[in-house]
Amino acid sequence: MKQKVTNQTRRKVLIGGATVASTPLWLNVANAQADTIKIGFPVPLTGPFSAEAQDQVKAAELAIKEFNDAGGFNGRKAELLVRDDKLNPGEAATRTLELIEKDKVNYVVGSLSAATQLSINAVCKERKILFNSISQSDAINEAKDWSVYTFHEALNPTMTAGALARYSIPRFGKKIVFLTADYAYGHEMVRAFERAGKEMGATTLADIRHPLGASDYSAFLPRIKALNPDILVLCNFGRDLVNAAKQCTDFGLKSSMKIMAPVLLYTARLAGGPEAFEGIIGGTSYYWGLEDRIPTAKAFNDAFRKMYNGSVPSDYGALGYAGVKSVLASVKIAKSTETMKVVTAMENLKYDWYKGPEYYRKCDHQAVQTVIIVESKSKNMKDKYDVFNILTIEPTTEKNMRSCAELGHKA
Amino acid sequence: MNSFFQLVVRHRVLASTLFLAIFPFIMPYEALAINILIFGLFAMGFNLLFGYMGLLSFGHAAFLGAGSYLTGISIVHYGLPWGAAILIGVIGAGITGLIMGFLAIRTRGIYFSMVTLALGQIIYYLFYKAESLTGGENGLRGVRVDTFNILGIPVDFLNPLVKYYIILFFVVIAIWFISRILNSPLGAVMEAIRENEKRASACGFDVARTKLLVFVLSAAICGLAGSLRALHLSIVPIDSLHYLQSGQAVMMSILGGMGTFFGPFIGAAVMLYLEDVVTTFTKHWMAVIGIVFMFFVLFFPKGIWGTILSKLHVQQDSK
Amino acid sequence: MTGLTFELLCMQLLTGIALGSIYALLALGLCLIFGMLNVVNFAHGAFFMVGAFLGIYFLGVTGNFWFSLLLTPILTGCLGLLTERFLVRPLYGRGIDYPLLLTFGLSYVLIEVMRVTFGIEGLPSVTPEGLGGTVNVGIGYFPKYRLFLIAATAVIIFGVWFFIQKTRYGLIIKAGAADQEIVKVLGVDIAKVWLLVFALGCAIAGLSGILAAPTRSVNPEMGIPILAESFVVTVVGGMGSPVGAVLAGLLVGIVYSMTSLFFPSLSELSIFVLMAVVLLIRPQGLFGKAGAMG
Repeated sequence: MKQKVTNQTRRKVLIGGATVASTPLWLNVANAQADTIKIGFPVPLTGPFSAEAQDQVKAAELAIKEFNDAGGFNGRKAELLVRDDKLNPGEAATRTLELIEKDKVNYVVGSLSAATQLSINAVCKERKILFNSISQSDAINEAKDWSVYTFHEALNPTMTAGALARYSIPRFGKKIVFLTADYAYGHEMVRAFERAGKEMGATTLADIRHPLGASDYSAFLPRIKALNPDILVLCNFGRDLVNAAKQCTDFGLKSSMKIMAPVLLYTARLAGGPEAFEGIIGGTSYYWGLEDRIPTAKAFNDAFRKMYNGSVPSDYGALGYAGVKSVLASVKIAKSTETMKVVTAMENLKYDWYKGPEYYRKCDHQAVQTVIIVESKSKNMKDKYDVFNILTIEPTTEKNMRSCAELGHKA
Repeated sequence: MNSFFQLVVRHRVLASTLFLAIFPFIMPYEALAINILIFGLFAMGFNLLFGYMGLLSFGHAAFLGAGSYLTGISIVHYGLPWGAAILIGVIGAGITGLIMGFLAIRTRGIYFSMVTLALGQIIYYLFYKAESLTGGENGLRGVRVDTFNILGIPVDFLNPLVKYYIILFFVVIAIWFISRILNSPLGAVMEAIRENEKRASACGFDVARTKLLVFVLSAAICGLAGSLRALHLSIVPIDSLHYLQSGQAVMMSILGGMGTFFGPFIGAAVMLYLEDVVTTFTKHWMAVIGIVFMFFVLFFPKGIWGTILSKLHVQQDSK
Repeated sequence: MTGLTFELLCMQLLTGIALGSIYALLALGLCLIFGMLNVVNFAHGAFFMVGAFLGIYFLGVTGNFWFSLLLTPILTGCLGLLTERFLVRPLYGRGIDYPLLLTFGLSYVLIEVMRVTFGIEGLPSVTPEGLGGTVNVGIGYFPKYRLFLIAATAVIIFGVWFFIQKTRYGLIIKAGAADQEIVKVLGVDIAKVWLLVFALGCAIAGLSGILAAPTRSVNPEMGIPILAESFVVTVVGGMGSPVGAVLAGLLVGIVYSMTSLFFPSLSELSIFVLMAVVLLIRPQGLFGKAGAMG
């Protein structure tokens, strides 16, 4: 009877194997199970987004478990090979190379930053390995970086910032100021928000760029206050968002403008606390509170709670789940692990893993999905996880995405 | 045993080449071996300035990064052939070294370390900001080396082993070059300055000019390492330029043995291999390397190779 | 530029002074350690970070900011004590680079220890009770906490100055920095002085950390850019000059703040450019002794 090999046991075997493997003339003991379906999973286990990354790992393990419990594929089980890319594109490339060359993975799912996913994608593209990216980026859909092996499970800034703009501008006003992290992802959020805002007659008073990872925003805030906008959009991510939210609160900006963030990260909200985020609204790909209205969300949450002691999945965690599940489901549909067959199956996949119906757009393999607009709450919180009110769900449509032609894909 | 080591030290370039030729077969996978080649070269270039000249620079990542980016940009944005791109990377890194060195040489002692760190950060921010050329935070992607021909035989750069030997070719040239420098009168002056700067000056050597010259050479070698790295990874990550990357070169040199020929390479190999193994057990790699490094600083300042050499009373300089 | 008013400029200046206060304090700590021990503490940013963590932690546990403000530098000072005694002291006489290298390695360990202890996320930073909100300073509303920051650092700097200039211990420290041999001959245990000064420098770093914590997110990596910035301040002010450290700190903070107003995306670069300019025209720093370092 084949033993179910969990990641922990695998690690132990790998440790033993690593010592033996240091003399190359021996076959690597850990790789003896050549018939498992291996999914490489490079994510930043260390660094500022380690909490999200670990959530992604947990959710991905859930997907693997569900696949294996259902019998796998022709008796073959799946396994997750988790690697730490340290949120560093160079490290991500090296780890991906290692996963492909040393561990001989079938597919790669992962990443938690625009930069790392692009570098993982570059490596996978060269070596013709399927890669399903589970974090935000606008660039990865563009023809320049994209390849037929590239899939993008997560939202992109065009979708999230656009949805946020469409919700907020009619409600709060047309004069916008951006506080933007000065890197590609920040700029993408601004561009997307402006693009949607233009259709509604909004004007940009200023786009104030701050250095990525700046811990002190005080230098930028007096000017923002003086500009007196209706809306302040915080185009940054993670820790930057926490800092910015906090300091905007300190400087008393909330009294005169509505503050919002295109990507209101669940873990950022937990880290920043209710006071800093009070009144701030934003976009997200998933919030566990969806379970009240979407059955698959409830199923996913319950499975997660069962496996992980009552905790709920975060937005990025859910992407880890979906990313792996889509690949494995496609393997089953294609009845093969051969890359191009799986790619074709995935292109035609219609699925509903945790948030409602989704599919991948053919030209750029972008997962077409809903965007949820949430508001942070500080009162009436049922428990420590109850941090958002769902304001609206923008439905799935390709209309709100950049067109294939715009991205440089030939028709 | 002793005479074996004597032999190795005396024919250091040949010994290195032979060892490195079989190296990929004793490493678990080629990408690790290539990384060791690249960072070994990086550490050797750094060691030229630190071990042999006594100047502790914390800004050498600027040269690794400049080499990587300039090579990458040449290929991605200007479609140059990879050979020319490497040349541009090396020269560009050398020029960066010239500018940085000119500013840094004005300071002495520990001040030098601080200044080089801060100057290195300027280079970091400059490349970061030039987003249209460098990709900024996302790094530079798409550094491809298409299949090319050597004497009519097609060479597939994507084949890990082939890639290793091509990169090895350049590394061996660089190692030979370093050996030549160290054997030359310049090498002697370098060590004289390290031992006693005032005395060297009193003997009539132009200390400032020598420092600057070695700074530039060191930068160029690190630039070559960077160029090769760009070709290896197909991307250039922005972190190549951060001072923590400079710190890595320092650690590798100390671990292996600064001021020795093989030391930096050994340090690089040990550190990268250790990292590969340790990170499968634990994610606290940073603490592990920190502790190992402090341990070496306190108890084995000569590094692995340096300690071996001194224990065997092998003379370090070779002919 | 639209909306550029006198009030805005003043607010920006005030913001710069608040920023600069932290830099001043950090540089002062670095300067003390260097002046006395000839050691550049590459773990300075890490001590800053540890201070921030401990401060927020105790604030959370006791609810009392003043108590945390007192306890944190004592703890980081003790950590500095241990560092000097067991890690740095064995390296004296070995060459000027060794203590530097050691503290660099130490910073790695400290970062990881904090990750393990407090989690990789970091701690949510809170503004202490009573110091939150904004206050009308005549030209506009400025966060109360930042005013407190400016005042607190002024008090601390004065305190350090008083200690060095007006007390016997300070006299010994000054003498030791000027000439170690004589001080030893005069019967003072120089080793104890080193210990005290290193601990003091680390205590000040920790104090800057807790003071800065409510203004930014507290995470294990927060000390990494701080180290580079402290070096910038030290180069600008002049190595070994406490006055230079403080004034340069304020200058750097103001430069950053004013650049943010006019060229926000260049704000980070601006302070390094300042340093490069100083290096070109006056390599010993604005207040450094000519020939001492350059």
